[in-house]
Amino acid sequence: MTGFLLRRLGGAVFVLLSLTVILYAVFYVAPGDVAQIACGPRCSPAQVAQVTEQLRLDDPVYTQYGHFLQGVLAGRDFSTGTGVEHCSAPCLGVSYQSDQQVMRLILAKLPATGSLVIGAFAGWILLGVGTGVLSAWRRGRITERVLTWLTLAGTATPVFVIGLLLIIVFCSTLQWLPSPAYVPFTENPEQWAWGLLLPWVSLALIESAKYARLTRSSMLETLAEDHVRTFRAYGVGERAIIGRHALRGALAPVIALSALDFGSMFGGAVLTESLFGIPGIGRELVHAVKVVDLPVVVGMVLVAGFFVVLANAVADVLYALADRRVVLS
Amino acid sequence: MTSPLVRVEDLTIDFGKVRAVDGLSFTLEAGAALGVVGESGSGKSASASALLGLHRGTGARVTGTVHVAGTDVGAADEAGLRALRGAEAAMIFQDPLSSLDPYYTVGDQIAEVYRVHNRVSRRAARARAVEVLDRVGIPDAARRARFRPHEFSGGMRQRVLIAMALACEPRLIVADEPTTALDVTVQAQILDLLHELRRETGTGLLLVTHDVGVAAESVDDILVMRHGRAVERGPVAEVLGAPREPYTRELLASVPRVDAKRASRVPGPRAAGGEDVPLLEAVGLRREFGRGAGRVTAVDEVSLTLHAGETLGIVGESGSGKTTLGRMLVRLLDPTAGGLRYRGRDIASLPENGLRPFRRELQMVFQDPVASLNPRRSAGESVADPIRAAGETDEGRIRARVGELLERVGLDAGHHERYPHEFSGGQRQRIGIARALAAEPKLIVCDEPVSALDVTTQAQVIALLAELQHELGIGLVFIAHDLAVVRQVSDRVAVMRQGRIVEQGPVDEVYGSPRDPYTRQLLAAVPALDPALAAVRRATRRELAAA
Repeated sequence: MTGFLLRRLGGAVFVLLSLTVILYAVFYVAPGDVAQIACGPRCSPAQVAQVTEQLRLDDPVYTQYGHFLQGVLAGRDFSTGTGVEHCSAPCLGVSYQSDQQVMRLILAKLPATGSLVIGAFAGWILLGVGTGVLSAWRRGRITERVLTWLTLAGTATPVFVIGLLLIIVFCSTLQWLPSPAYVPFTENPEQWAWGLLLPWVSLALIESAKYARLTRSSMLETLAEDHVRTFRAYGVGERAIIGRHALRGALAPVIALSALDFGSMFGGAVLTESLFGIPGIGRELVHAVKVVDLPVVVGMVLVAGFFVVLANAVADVLYALADRRVVLS
Repeated sequence: MTSPLVRVEDLTIDFGKVRAVDGLSFTLEAGAALGVVGESGSGKSASASALLGLHRGTGARVTGTVHVAGTDVGAADEAGLRALRGAEAAMIFQDPLSSLDPYYTVGDQIAEVYRVHNRVSRRAARARAVEVLDRVGIPDAARRARFRPHEFSGGMRQRVLIAMALACEPRLIVADEPTTALDVTVQAQILDLLHELRRETGTGLLLVTHDVGVAAESVDDILVMRHGRAVERGPVAEVLGAPREPYTRELLASVPRVDAKRASRVPGPRAAGGEDVPLLEAVGLRREFGRGAGRVTAVDEVSLTLHAGETLGIVGESGSGKTTLGRMLVRLLDPTAGGLRYRGRDIASLPENGLRPFRRELQMVFQDPVASLNPRRSAGESVADPIRAAGETDEGRIRARVGELLERVGLDAGHHERYPHEFSGGQRQRIGIARALAAEPKLIVCDEPVSALDVTTQAQVIALLAELQHELGIGLVFIAHDLAVVRQVSDRVAVMRQGRIVEQGPVDEVYGSPRDPYTRQLLAAVPALDPALAAVRRATRRELAAA
């Protein structure tokens, strides 16, 4: 187990490092004068030169990357134009745009994204696996056909269509819910939950369709296995067969997929965040890419990558716990 | 008069347009044992499943009446069926690994079944599980009950399934090919166990098997099935000793006998003054897999020789290394150590390009004719591959040669365009042989070439191989787990165990007076067709086990 964790940690460090190298390389060759954008359209050439100097943009790319690594490992100092600010390790740099430290920026955005992803994740797993099990159980009947149609529609609908629809129905027409707004949990837990209800539901609905289809086909596979036949032949009831013997085997691919989805939502729930006005990482990341704010992009990609790697490691452990034949290595 | 334990009347089962069982009727008295034998597709397994109503909800159409232990299986509701299943009639399946849930301990699985039929506490159910596991000979049952199926060997897993069947003390045990996935020595142990349990508990047994020998060992009556119908039924000794129906006679004639000498045959071309250099000579051949602590030696210091026109049988149980050895002999696998000489030239360490001239002459025929043919290419294309590989480009000539080969193995030249799924198992194996012959080989290694086939088909394919060998003077290495088959095809035989050859010699010598205790053990485990002989063998096994 310890060996497994160490190897996983090593792998994660390698993946994340490679990500940063690629990002630096891509941004270095990308068009656009970073200093000009950071300074603003009305800056004089002298001002732009000053910004270039301040951000050390005329250093070769490997030197810039070296500074970045130094910041992560040991922390570094930044000139803010007027003075020097220290950014302690692990320092992901300072935004070209706002002079804010990237780490602080991320920590400020993380609770919103985390609230959205965790709630939606719980929703889509329950809804998706439940629907999948039900349609496998009722296969060939009308229930299954309706569910299959619904999940197909769910996979085909973009999240903003569902989201808009929910806002129109529940906020405008019925006026059951306040307009969605993000309130931090620490401020007011009740408003936090009410504000996130619609984002959770829309993201969960869309994502659950995929899980319903996966669970259904996986269930049908395990239901056809020999050991399920054994327990039928020994008089075990259908409910116990589905719940005890078929579902457990069917969950393996669901666990694998949910790890990927859970992780990638940390950087990728852009549409939902934008639609519901949630000040999260995805929205910030898109903005940073637009204005070529390299430190912010690198930092946020790293955080998203970190969650993907973490979720995968958790999935592997869960997988091994569910199936004792699996040896972690 | 009490009603019989099982009464089947006019049972018909249709899977879509295929009629699997066609008007089958039979009865089984309480405590009696009936063997249902037949080839694949004879409807024997479908009939066994019908006894427990297992076709319900699968789309199969079942008509006729089935009464088991007082339950009308066709008319019973779900609850009635569940009360029958496991409690009154319990089923044992073929593959004990896939038939148990991999996620739960065997004790929990047996306890779960016990609790379905008995209102007892979890603890009491677990105690019952340990009790039956102990009864079927699982050592240290209390501890092993907490193991999961993959932590047991194949034979032990089948014991677990039998324990599950015993848990509720059923009046009938339905065993569907219970020993087909097991090695012959393990098969003997399981059959002995069933025999003993039946004598002790008085349970009725319905044993479904393709292996006439297995049935002869274990039951009082035999029912021979073909095309979904009963061909013949009677006491074992009568049906096997003096079969009335022509099909039964044909079936019995096809069963390879381990105690019969190989039919004498005209010596092949080699005896008519061939080369003195052996065709193939292996010296101290060794193969390891894995690294570090996980390293296993699959083949260990194996030496053998094979002359042209000769058949060397290699027999052994699963995991004995016979397939690894076979693949090394044609250099599909590289030996870790040891020498391999083909017609006097060392090919053990030749690199791939140096090996190329020999590739055509060293061919292999595989066990599973379904998996070893590409399903997306026609039979003709598969057979043409080695001809093309040899450099032939003239399409007309290739076609003619393929047609010739297909006819040579008993197929029709017109089968060129057909795809593998349009052939039967035996025909597919013939395609595999035609493909091996296409390269004009000097040596063919056949790895379990007939073990996926029914006995009558098996006999035909064996006859074909012998004929081809005689005609073409090919050296054959025949790998099989079936001792009887190996005896019927081989000139010389090598017995393998745990990667080593424990005994090697002329076939009649090894089978007639085996020197190695393991060979003796193997031979004693082969099911006998004669019930009297079966009793003798059973006694021998008990002695060998005690020794």
